[in-house]
Amino acid sequence: MSEILIQNGRVIDPQSGLDEVTDLLIRDGQIAGVGTGSGDAPSVIDASNRIVAPGLVDTHVQLREPGFEEDETIESGGRAALAGGFSSIACLANTNPPIDTPAGVEFIRQKAARARQAHVHVIGCISKNRDGKELAEIGTLVESGAVAFSDAPAPLASTDLMRRALQYCLMFDKPIFSHAEVPELSQEGIMHEGVTSLILGLSGMPADAEDVMTSRDLRLAESTGGRLHLLNISSRDSVEQVRRAKARDLHVTAGICAAHFSLTDEPLRSFDSNYKVNPPLRDQQHLDACIAGLVDGTIDVITSGHAPRAREKKMRELDLAPYGMVQLETTLSLVIMNLIAPGHLDWSSALAKLTCNPAGVLGISKGTLAVGADADVVIIDPDVEWTLSLDQLASRSQNTPLGGRLLRGRAETVLVGGEVRYGKPL
Amino acid sequence: MNTAAADTEPLDIPPIPDWWNRRHLLDTESLSVKEITLILDTAEQFKQITDKGRRKLSLLSNRIVSNMFFEDSTRTRTSFGLAASRLGADLIQFTTSSSSLSKGETLIDTAKTIEAMNVDVMVVRHRTPGTPHMISENVGCALINAGDGPHEHPTQGLLDVLTIRQHRGTLEGLTVAMVGDINHSRTARSNIWVLKKLGAHVIVCGPSTLVSPQWESIGVEVCYDLDEIVPRCDVLNLLRIQFERQYTRPFPSVREYALLYAMNKERMKRAKQDIMIMAPGPINRGVEITPEVADGPHSVILHQVTNGIAIRMAVLWLIAGSQESH
Repeated sequence: MSEILIQNGRVIDPQSGLDEVTDLLIRDGQIAGVGTGSGDAPSVIDASNRIVAPGLVDTHVQLREPGFEEDETIESGGRAALAGGFSSIACLANTNPPIDTPAGVEFIRQKAARARQAHVHVIGCISKNRDGKELAEIGTLVESGAVAFSDAPAPLASTDLMRRALQYCLMFDKPIFSHAEVPELSQEGIMHEGVTSLILGLSGMPADAEDVMTSRDLRLAESTGGRLHLLNISSRDSVEQVRRAKARDLHVTAGICAAHFSLTDEPLRSFDSNYKVNPPLRDQQHLDACIAGLVDGTIDVITSGHAPRAREKKMRELDLAPYGMVQLETTLSLVIMNLIAPGHLDWSSALAKLTCNPAGVLGISKGTLAVGADADVVIIDPDVEWTLSLDQLASRSQNTPLGGRLLRGRAETVLVGGEVRYGKPL
Repeated sequence: MNTAAADTEPLDIPPIPDWWNRRHLLDTESLSVKEITLILDTAEQFKQITDKGRRKLSLLSNRIVSNMFFEDSTRTRTSFGLAASRLGADLIQFTTSSSSLSKGETLIDTAKTIEAMNVDVMVVRHRTPGTPHMISENVGCALINAGDGPHEHPTQGLLDVLTIRQHRGTLEGLTVAMVGDINHSRTARSNIWVLKKLGAHVIVCGPSTLVSPQWESIGVEVCYDLDEIVPRCDVLNLLRIQFERQYTRPFPSVREYALLYAMNKERMKRAKQDIMIMAPGPINRGVEITPEVADGPHSVILHQVTNGIAIRMAVLWLIAGSQESH
């Protein structure tokens, strides 16, 4: 019988509403209890002035393996997750080959188990070969362990296929993850269409491209009764649409990438391709609307939207550089700096969007400190200031514009199943 | 004219002032009024010298200029080439068809390779906004943007303004309209910044699919009716409709465009007596401008071409003349 006592931390478990300075006892890889006086465990972690929370959960990251190992691998992505405080991540199917067969799901699960970093959950393709035409064998993928279905980061352009996917997934009670974008409106643009894109002459992706698709997806979720999760909303109108849908008790959830409540399109004036992401960084009005959506609960989930791309791919002309930003290792800091510090969200509600809410969307029993749950725990130093150094990123890629920035707050220790996998060993 | 005699006359080029510290010319948006004025005045001096018949100077005789055009261009490339050779610089012509880009080399590797040949100034044209900025951050030599997609074409904006200044003495208080595909026009952007800084009132005019109302947020008047603005304008700059840049046709037909926006004889009748007609070229005769207007007494289109060489000489001199050789 092995016991670890995490002592004297501010223990926050958003699911149960717990938020107090106390001790957390772990026994045999599971949460054994909360409260002081559980005294004489052989291993003790002092968590004074630290926050102790369920290990963070990410609904969608790109791990790029198999096929694009120059960007990231299951091992390096899992390591980056831990460095960012995430103990569970779900990976998108945009690999080569795409994850549309049980063998693909199995490959990722085995690789992840061997890597012994963060837990990796697999998102299967909606369409065969992720080409947006015919349904993949979703039932078989569910059997082999896929937790959700998505063709993201590509949008599902076919309305017919989206409708069938929502209907078909109903019988497995699995969610469809939608990247809401009308491709013919966004035209593979470089940035948000607005005043900044007009001045720079860069091709714009209008908010309409997101909003029209959000509208379609919400409509289809309502008519089919299917489970819809909007992966990464970024525009004022999409937030409002989700708000209205929830007011009608529609069973939909929505997520946001940390970049979209932290950065506007203004820095694209530097022409730095690290700011090229999809959905694009929008202007201050959209950003404010997203924060309002986080505050009133319209947006349930915060995700890193981790999209690693090798340097040689990003160091190209802006139209040739791929979308994406590595974010696993900076998301928690952005939440602390841009949501908690200004008082938009308190710790418990911010952590809910990083723990129990994404776990609920994924349908996995994570993101909780309930007795008997797997002891996936993060210990956060909320005040430490640190400078992001690109060559110290655990991720294989360095495509972030935050290099050299002073950040605040970060994960100090991460336990997975009661084992310290990140931070100072016991 | 005896050019040999002209070549022996002493040069009257004032030294580059100490405050001038630009390594690159990437845009006009960031230029100060002082910098713009220096460029225009310097161009004027070069123009006077070359107008007197002097073909070639030796101011940049120890410099190498590379024309790096990743997009088709005849006029601008020739103009920069001529400007460089008149200053006595050596010129490398680099075009995509003759490059390694088709062999998979990245743009930055190509630029570094050219730089390693001890090039002092790169003149870059590229289809994508920001590419000259990206290259400038990766090489040590000076860089001049010769057009980056719809973003900017600084020497075009400067030469247009030089042309207006020559005819009117000042930009202050003039009303200058640009007509056409404003959203996709680098010429429009480079003009707007310089015109506004020098005190002109700027109007942008064209089909509503090609002229965003958001132009107003930077202090430019937006109007969709050419007939309404013609009587108010001191200068009309008729931009070329760039068929190659648009994904979907933003207007129904060339015929309808010409009906609504071509500057023709009838519209000229309602214009001010001294209106200046400009076009950056190449012009689509019969689309944005009819031949009798393009070749008429108000047209300064060919002055623009001549001024282009003077502006490019000025920019090359200010940028390469003030720096240590490679």
